[in-house]
Amino acid sequence: MASSLRRYGRRAVSMCRTRKPAFSTSCDDTSLLPQSGTSINLFSAINQALHIALETDSRAYVFGEDVSFGGVFRCTTGLADRFGKHRVFNTPLCEQGIVGFGVGLAAMGNRAIAEIQFADYIYPAFDQIVNEAAKFRYRSGNQFNCGGLTIRAPYGAVGHGGHYHSQSPEAFFCHVPGIKVVIPRSPQQAKGLLLSCIRDSNPIVFFEPKWLYRLAVEEVPEHDYMLPLSEAEVIREGSDITLVGWGAQLSIMEEACLDAEKDGISCELIDLKTLIPWDKETVEASVRKTGRLLISHEAPVTGGFGAEISASIVERCFLRLEAPVARICGLDTPFPLVFETFYLPTKNKILDAIKSTVNY
Amino acid sequence: MAFSLRKSKYVIYNNLKTRMGLFGITKNRSCWTSSPTHHHSTPIAAPFVQTFRNTCASFRNTGTLFSARRFESIKAGKQVLDFPGGMVAFTSEMSFISESPKERAHCYRVLDDNGQPIIHQNIVNEEVSITMYAHMVTLQIMDTIFYEAQRQGRISFYLTTNGEEAINIASAAALTIDDLIFPQYREPGVLLWRGFTLQEFANQCFGNKADYGKGRQMPIHYGSNKHNYFTISSTIATQLPHAVGAAYSLKMEKKDACVVTYFGDGGSSEGDFHAALNFAAVMEVPVIFICRNNGWAISTPTSDQFRSDGVVVKGKAYGVRSIRVDGNDALAIYNAVHAAREMAISEHRPILIEALAYRVGHHSTSDDSTKYRPANEIEFWRTSRDPVTRFRKWIESNGWWSGEAESELRSSVRKELLHAIQFAEKVEKPSISNIFTDVYDIPPLNLCEQEISLRETIKRYPEDYPPNVPV
Ligand SMILES: Cc1ncc(C[n+]2csc(CCOP(=O)(O)OP(=O)(O)O)c2C)c(N)n1
Ligand SMILES: [Mg+2]
Repeated sequence: MASSLRRYGRRAVSMCRTRKPAFSTSCDDTSLLPQSGTSINLFSAINQALHIALETDSRAYVFGEDVSFGGVFRCTTGLADRFGKHRVFNTPLCEQGIVGFGVGLAAMGNRAIAEIQFADYIYPAFDQIVNEAAKFRYRSGNQFNCGGLTIRAPYGAVGHGGHYHSQSPEAFFCHVPGIKVVIPRSPQQAKGLLLSCIRDSNPIVFFEPKWLYRLAVEEVPEHDYMLPLSEAEVIREGSDITLVGWGAQLSIMEEACLDAEKDGISCELIDLKTLIPWDKETVEASVRKTGRLLISHEAPVTGGFGAEISASIVERCFLRLEAPVARICGLDTPFPLVFETFYLPTKNKILDAIKSTVNY
Repeated sequence: MAFSLRKSKYVIYNNLKTRMGLFGITKNRSCWTSSPTHHHSTPIAAPFVQTFRNTCASFRNTGTLFSARRFESIKAGKQVLDFPGGMVAFTSEMSFISESPKERAHCYRVLDDNGQPIIHQNIVNEEVSITMYAHMVTLQIMDTIFYEAQRQGRISFYLTTNGEEAINIASAAALTIDDLIFPQYREPGVLLWRGFTLQEFANQCFGNKADYGKGRQMPIHYGSNKHNYFTISSTIATQLPHAVGAAYSLKMEKKDACVVTYFGDGGSSEGDFHAALNFAAVMEVPVIFICRNNGWAISTPTSDQFRSDGVVVKGKAYGVRSIRVDGNDALAIYNAVHAAREMAISEHRPILIEALAYRVGHHSTSDDSTKYRPANEIEFWRTSRDPVTRFRKWIESNGWWSGEAESELRSSVRKELLHAIQFAEKVEKPSISNIFTDVYDIPPLNLCEQEISLRETIKRYPEDYPPNVPV
């Protein structure tokens, strides 16, 4: 089932950074869509996943700052009413407390679904994630684990977030053996991946692209389904260059692919989905076919996860590469409010890099 | 009236400082000693500290830390443990310290709900009072107009201080400009009091090239070096340990100044709050922690935040002298902060002030608080408990204020603000070189390269970029 669903995510989101209303959806072949699916946005898809998680596991809990009334992004709407205040609750304003509490709750065999209000505010919990959650299993010789812990956090640009409501901190967590990092690109993906994360036996940081909470709309099956972790997906096939990305950045990359196509360049676009442990095989197979690689993410280029992908692919495909690996990413600066468009890896920056890589 | 204030704010301000000293100090001394909370906390804390010091000294001399002297009998029949940290008396009665006090910590106030003094004493004089009132009104008008500007899409975000005007202005009035401020985000009134102009506020909110933060941060993240007001960060409670470090510096430099840091009820849950209080006590630094307990942290009520008697009682656990104050009573705030400042500087000690108020506005322009709290609760605090109205009643009953003065003040502040906004909106944004500066003292190679590459992209695709940002 999961594999057929994976197709539904194709070109799931099409929106651009000028805050036009997002256009919903689109599957190349609409007949593939399940009858039961309705068009919903990304926060509603997350909400559905949380409903299902709480419904299907009486030992699942949802908590975090302002979670009771539905959360500042409305992802937890209706949960407290439906499942009661002992399973869905506000916590004090303390991220280290939220994650530490989640580690303990998960260590008792529960599904601890913690919300960090913004990815920018995950840092007070860094120690609990890096030294505790990530090493809980290893340090005990697998006597204990906190695999039931899932940490959700909205990440990324949103048009007016400035330093502390825009960050993409995924690379910090990709450097930590013992946790997984997952980022969905669309409502359908969000629901299926979040359910997989919640039910996975490892602590996971799940970053949600907050720009897409309302903007991305697509048909999402109403039933319980899971999408596989550590499986990348080719969301657009091509032969001249491979593009790898995740989350909200994919829609920008897709626009660049469409423009490049007008110039006769055929781009293959891969959604990595799980950043760690990542699906090298899918990326490698694609680069072996195209001979070129471009990676794009919003986080600063230096030390970003693009660097890791680049190094790995150079190791594996050195002789096949026809051009240096390109990285189109955020600038090496804090996220600056009025300069947001200048900071971001825009479509045209990607398009230029596609062309120069192909013409290298 | 605020206009003459604005023109020569510093002159008047300094004038006021001298005068306030005369009135403030004598009266204010009595205000903390007469406070019931202090009578409880002081005698317990002080001997404890003393014992600790004596004990240490004797240990060092004799080297008998774990010798027989450890169990020492002071009075016949009363056994005492000579424990590192001080003498601890033994008891055969097994009694747990209660999780809650028999009575909640009292709340210090000077004015009653009708703005009438409960105790008659010389508080602040006419000039200071009127200045305070004018600033509270200015803050209110600023909030109304900026909020509206956000609603019209002219600025991207805003957040009001409604209900907390007295905490903002009266605390600022009790300080001197040399005292350093480490703010959260709901204290622009402190900056206003210090002379930050309406134009400067507008420049920050519009992120134009006159904004000291160079357009990099969201609206309301003010900062002004010349006003000793450190730049706001959105991250909750992170400023609190900074305040302690800065206060240590003031102490080492023997400055006649203290550090004042503000935070919310929500902020008191962060680890940084606890670290800061503990550090402040141990380092013995002149810092005043002002907690604005406004009942809410976005949608989270204080009952979901802590089960202690608010924030004031946490001071005692860390060995920090503390007081709870009516945050809607400007005179009470003024007195408490004034007294706290005296103690902080002369005794090198931290002070915790918990001001009880209510967040009358939504959390911010991103919030609709009717989703999680009853409208009549908001309405009650907005009308019956408004700190500005209460203070106005007091100055009016002293014959210091009139309806005429009121309307003149309001219309001229409004005019000046509208002008400031119109002007700020027209000023161009900072140029793009400001993206790359200040990341470090000197931009390293990677940033220089990125700037060159960005400029090339802009040349190729000028239509991708906002026209009001100069290249
Ligand atoms: C570390 C961190 N976590 C979460 C947030 C999101 N947030 C912004 S304001 C706020 C509530 C703060 O409440 P309080 O400290 O009571 O201040 P108030 O807004 O009431 O003045 C929260 C949770 C943040 N800014 N920083
Ligand atoms: Mg609050």
